[in-house]
Amino acid sequence: MATTAKPLQTALPQTSPRAKGWRETLGNALIITRREVRDSFRDWRIIGPIVVLTFLFPYLAQFVASRFTTFVADYGAQIIGERTIPFLLMIVGFFPISISLVIALETFVGEKERRSLEPLLSTPLTNTELYIGKTLAAMIPPLISSYGGMAVYLGGLLFGELAWRPQPMLVVQIILLTTVQALVMVTGAVVVSSQTTSTRAANLLASFIIIPMTLLIQVESVIMFLAPDAESPSGITALWAIIIGMITGVVLLLRVGNAIFNREELLGRTIDQLNLKGLIVRIWRYMRAVDESGTPARNLIEWYRRGVFGSVRRLGPAVWITILVFGVAFLAGILIGNMPEWRLNLPQEASMDGAADVITTYMSVPRQTGALMFIVWQNGRILLAATLLAMFTFGAAALVLTPAVYLILGYIFTQVYLAGYDPSFVYAAVFTHGIVEIPVIILATAAALRLGAVVTKPPTGMTVGQAWTAVMGETLKIGIGLVIPGLLLAAFIEAFITPQIVMSVLGG
Amino acid sequence: MIEAHELTKVFDGFVAVDRVSLDIPAGSVLALLGPNGAGKTTSVRMLTSILAPTSGTARVAGYDVVAEPERVRASVGVLTEQHGLYERMKALEYLDFFGRVYRLGTDATRRNALSLMERFGLMFALNKRLGEYSKGMKQKLALVRSMLHNPPVLLLDEPTSAMDPLSAKQVRDAIIELQRDERTFLITTHNLTEAHQLANKIAIIRSGRIIAHGNFDELARQFVGDPIMELRVNGVLNGLAKDLSDLVTVEDSGTDWLRFRVADPAQTNPAVMRRVTGLGVDVVTLSPVSRTLEDIYLQAVKEDEGDAADGNNR
Repeated sequence: MATTAKPLQTALPQTSPRAKGWRETLGNALIITRREVRDSFRDWRIIGPIVVLTFLFPYLAQFVASRFTTFVADYGAQIIGERTIPFLLMIVGFFPISISLVIALETFVGEKERRSLEPLLSTPLTNTELYIGKTLAAMIPPLISSYGGMAVYLGGLLFGELAWRPQPMLVVQIILLTTVQALVMVTGAVVVSSQTTSTRAANLLASFIIIPMTLLIQVESVIMFLAPDAESPSGITALWAIIIGMITGVVLLLRVGNAIFNREELLGRTIDQLNLKGLIVRIWRYMRAVDESGTPARNLIEWYRRGVFGSVRRLGPAVWITILVFGVAFLAGILIGNMPEWRLNLPQEASMDGAADVITTYMSVPRQTGALMFIVWQNGRILLAATLLAMFTFGAAALVLTPAVYLILGYIFTQVYLAGYDPSFVYAAVFTHGIVEIPVIILATAAALRLGAVVTKPPTGMTVGQAWTAVMGETLKIGIGLVIPGLLLAAFIEAFITPQIVMSVLGG
Repeated sequence: MIEAHELTKVFDGFVAVDRVSLDIPAGSVLALLGPNGAGKTTSVRMLTSILAPTSGTARVAGYDVVAEPERVRASVGVLTEQHGLYERMKALEYLDFFGRVYRLGTDATRRNALSLMERFGLMFALNKRLGEYSKGMKQKLALVRSMLHNPPVLLLDEPTSAMDPLSAKQVRDAIIELQRDERTFLITTHNLTEAHQLANKIAIIRSGRIIAHGNFDELARQFVGDPIMELRVNGVLNGLAKDLSDLVTVEDSGTDWLRFRVADPAQTNPAVMRRVTGLGVDVVTLSPVSRTLEDIYLQAVKEDEGDAADGNNR
């Protein structure tokens, strides 16, 4: 046993005062990637399926494509055979990337479970470097297999008896789809596994990734078979839309992953057990506008002043983004309304008598109260749906569902204008109650956007869970304090006052 | 080298570490003792810039744990509670990986790795996969990893757990040697004998709070009182306790021995000796009764439990 110690060499200075450049960040990330990839290639449970899916499965798929095409051609259904070939190319690419999910769960939560993550977290590597390194490590082996498998499949078809000549853009689309699908699965797996402490829990939660992906593959398959532009040299439009949508999803998931993949979250949080009671208690605390000394708002005025208006102020950029999107939607409605193919052929000289009759009939029977509740329900359910969907789409759904109304409004205004009608009755019909309703909808949409988006960038010093809980409390405050009363008021105006104004505009 | 001021960590309303202040100068060893769940690991994680403190400040090797986390982590070597090795790798490959992470350079990594592997008696296992290592070997390799970049500060969680006595001695010797080389250590351990042997200062943490902090003598005085001396005589005491009553308070006695507590042995013991010999009694020994760190630890925890109970009753 030797005990004589030789002097040790000290590490190089780790970081300069300047911020790290992307080259340095990527270089450090690749240290992790190299180790992880090497480790993956040592595991026969990963290598086995990769080899089979790269070499054997494409060959089998190519054989099936060849036989199937010949078979259906004998019955005059050549088109089915032709469209099966790119479909199988997509499947050949997808199967290997499904392994990326397994590797991602293994490299993130597996390492946590084996307790080998903490030594890594104790090193000078930044959270981003660790995150990029591990994400790349989870993607590289399956993508190599996927691209390899597709090459084998395509090679077999190009040089085999079928001598298939694919649309190059369709092949590009399939490769892009494969890549973004791998990215979605890996980035999703990071989110799942960074919040769990066991591979069992992570595997259970992974169904939230694999099920939507499988459904998406089915949608893509249908599109590839049925798309009217399947032969287009610029690719299938619907597939481009899916690719762009998934890239957006990847960007958002990367942001969430980067926010979640930090030392604090990794060592301090788990969602293996959902503490619903604790969650409700915390949200309740935010809703009651509890101040720093632990005192809730003492009366309604204080609750509004400190709680509701404080929450509105904290909506910040979400309000401006919502206003911008609403404006863009309205302008888009005007633009679409001006396109000849979308124009309505309204009669050039229309009588408003019919409209006045309808309103008079409406006002003559006592059904305004029913109308009021209908209007509240109509607006309320759209906002509720937008909020619920926003929670699962990082806020994106909030900016899709509600602005659609403004797109339609822009379109209708344009048609009225183009038909040469006096637009004042439309203004009266929209803006009388819109003066209350529009700001309320903007507030509600902005709150939904913030609720969904907060997980992508929690405020400094807050974990994702803490930030979401706080924003949920604030959203509820805005909902109860402003949105519901605002919708009731707007509906009252719409049911009882708007018809009167419209009538007076129409000269009734 | 390690300065923590009022360091606090709260997890969802649970106070894991409560206003912990520490000052560990260069070249010294602090043993952080405490029951499981007392806040030792959380404290170490804050000092490693893995967890951000909820409040309070800390500087490690001159760097702020919040403002300069990467510099802090580059300056510390951490031995985690679990060794956390990559079991499909071989030792040198594993250390090469960490060398790259610490930007040590290939040659320096290899040189340091071999030197440390030699020091800890692991040269024979260089080409073994880490999965084949015994528990003690894994622990030693984890220590090698923590020392690989020759950090000025080492934070070691149970450094000798799972080790055989010889390996544990190798580790203790390494710590003593590095301490001489102005390395600073914070060791968390349940091995009180080892803590006593290695540490210049001891801190006891319970329920997130430091309940005792000082060197052994200071803590002994605080928790188990003034030193106790034992006087053994040739023959029987024969009323000696009464004869010494104006000098000391005898706490216990037998046929040929008695024990008394002294605040200042340097003053009192010579007077006792003069009195005893003056009475014609032959003294066999006059020696301090050894007090263990375990006595101090148990007493500190007991007193804190009492304080907590009083606080709850009030």
